[in-house]
Amino acid sequence: MIYLDNAATTQMKQEVLDEMMPYFREYYGNASAVYELGNKSKYAIDVARDRAAALLHTKAERIFFTSGGSESDNWAIIKAAQMMSDKGRHLITSSIEHPAVINTMKALQDEGFDVTFLPVDEKGLVSVDSVRDAIREDTTLISIMTANNEIGTIEPVAEIGELAHEHGILFHTDAVQAFGQIPINPDEMNIDMLSASSHKIYGPKGVGLLYLSPKASRIRSLIHGGGQERNKRAGTENVPGIVGFGKACELASSTINERMQRESELRDYFIGKVPDEIPLTYLNGAEGRNRLPGNINIGFRFIEAESALILLDQKGIAASSGSACTAGSIDPSHVLLAIGRDEDEARESLRFTLSDTTTQEELDRTVDILKDIVGMLRSSNVLYQA
Amino acid sequence: MAKVVVGMSGGVDSSVAAYLLKKQGYDVIGVTMQIWQNPDQACRLEERGCCGLSAVEDARRVAGVLGIPYYVMNFKDDFRKYVMDYFVDEYKHGRTPNPCIACNRYIKWEGLLKRSLDIGADYIATGHYARIETLPNGRVAIKNSVTAEKDQTYVLYSLTQEQLCHTLMPVGDYDKPTIRKIAEEAGLPVAHKRDSEDICFIPDGDTGAFLDSELGADAPGEGNYIDKNGKILGKHKGITHYTIGQRKGIGIALGHRVFVQKLDVPHNEVVLGENEDLFTDTLTADNLCYMSEEHFSQEKTYIGKIRYSDPGTPCHIRYNGDILEVTFEKKVRAVTPGQALVLYDGDYVAGGGIIR
Repeated sequence: MIYLDNAATTQMKQEVLDEMMPYFREYYGNASAVYELGNKSKYAIDVARDRAAALLHTKAERIFFTSGGSESDNWAIIKAAQMMSDKGRHLITSSIEHPAVINTMKALQDEGFDVTFLPVDEKGLVSVDSVRDAIREDTTLISIMTANNEIGTIEPVAEIGELAHEHGILFHTDAVQAFGQIPINPDEMNIDMLSASSHKIYGPKGVGLLYLSPKASRIRSLIHGGGQERNKRAGTENVPGIVGFGKACELASSTINERMQRESELRDYFIGKVPDEIPLTYLNGAEGRNRLPGNINIGFRFIEAESALILLDQKGIAASSGSACTAGSIDPSHVLLAIGRDEDEARESLRFTLSDTTTQEELDRTVDILKDIVGMLRSSNVLYQA
Repeated sequence: MAKVVVGMSGGVDSSVAAYLLKKQGYDVIGVTMQIWQNPDQACRLEERGCCGLSAVEDARRVAGVLGIPYYVMNFKDDFRKYVMDYFVDEYKHGRTPNPCIACNRYIKWEGLLKRSLDIGADYIATGHYARIETLPNGRVAIKNSVTAEKDQTYVLYSLTQEQLCHTLMPVGDYDKPTIRKIAEEAGLPVAHKRDSEDICFIPDGDTGAFLDSELGADAPGEGNYIDKNGKILGKHKGITHYTIGQRKGIGIALGHRVFVQKLDVPHNEVVLGENEDLFTDTLTADNLCYMSEEHFSQEKTYIGKIRYSDPGTPCHIRYNGDILEVTFEKKVRAVTPGQALVLYDGDYVAGGGIIR
């Protein structure tokens, strides 16, 4: 199989699994316990926290482990909005955020918060000026993703964070797609809260983190209960998961430059090759350094992405399109609509996302198969023939 | 081996269809058509065990047991346009549509067949209780299944020759108890699921309330019940709440049973009358479709069905331009504009049209 859906999830590294294994049966103690077996778990979590902090060039005390990116987004946005609600109830985000942010913002709207969903340009960029224009007296929180999951556009978060801080506004970024793929330093990039996930960087599923700056560390818990995660996130720690996440962070830190280089080259090779081989295609999202190294999103005129994905699957290629709904079918992407594509265009785009093991041969084979599939789908499309 | 896409609803019939085709050696792909409009609606549908998220889970489970590839395809925009909007529009015009016929025609066949051919399939298959045969005249037609109780030919009359050539209905050779038994023996986890019924996008069965919420400010609102002489008998809830022949839910006491005779859209009036007044031996239909023959014959006696549950009545036809005039050999009750007239030539579907 050629797996080109690494933005959805990645295959866990063997080293990560090896590191996790002892924490299932050998060191199974509850990290809150007093005895040595519990200490083993506690220590393992501390090591993982150090490794995650190192990837963000920050201190371990600012890292809080969660069940994943969605929980981190919910926690940061809901609790920051509530904490600041005496000062105001206006929140700013973009129209291309992940549903974990968009739907959390909508839930807050239902509770009486006022939310501005900023438009983006045709490359998917949020302009710093548009953020400045949206800021009001009563704005308390801005949440803009570090990089978009569908089209890979990298947002100017450092500038937006700076702007937020000039106005005394908290700044959150959903970095689930960018974490471990491009350098991020929240302390230098004016980020107060940052969400990240383990399974996008070859770690296990079901674990993530929320980074909290000293200023944001006053936000209250989302999950109430025991005193885990320094009283901020209750629930017996998912020790094997956290250990695996820590290992994945360590691996990511040591390989980030080489992966960025390699995946950017492969990405640009594919983006360059498709239009040479297949007519009537276009790239969605930004180019070069403004795009995640492993993200490719291409529109193929006169095809139905859903059918193309099934045909690709039958040829052993895993790709994606838009955002999969609950049932697993494809809805037109809100991100593509936001960058100005129409409903038809939003249904004809395919996303290919690379891993650190993707090869040029795999991409060549994918383009060959795509050429056949696109030709076949177009031949039965009356609009194409006309 | 030929490749076939089975439209899987998560119910026992389509699950067994997939099983039977796999056993016959076809290269089977399972597909569930997503037609619900939003997660809330999916959850409401779920309670009825049809078309909702649990239906997808059931279909996926069956596909897993059978070891066939399985996909969900998104048809929600087409379903909204060709089925739900059409349904609402017909009611607004005082007609009573059959949404299953529209769904079969535009979603299951035009939509699913097109996309199935796109992904390299030769056929689509469904769990309908009907059989497809090629006739001596070279045409392909649907025939009553062996089990009259579950016969579903009425809702399939509008399929084209091209569509029929690419369609398989493997459960049409069996009756329902046998299908359940096959499902049980094959270990399909849906063997005992109850049948879906009613209109899938109105899970609580309250069509009037559904139409009111769809129409919003456009809902026709209250108006007068009148008798055939124009005498006002009381107030009704809006013509979209009624269908011809209806007795229940009229909500006024006249000392004897009354029935809806006619819906007068321009005046927003509902005409009430006696049961006898509902009988007629003629109707006209348009939007004609042909199946077992290229044109209907004035010489032949057909069996005409005017609704899904109608056992059928012998009749003769005459063309008046594009309009079909049908005369029944005995009177039929409650001819309802918007419903389909389906004509049978012996056991075969000859074709049909929409009652005017």
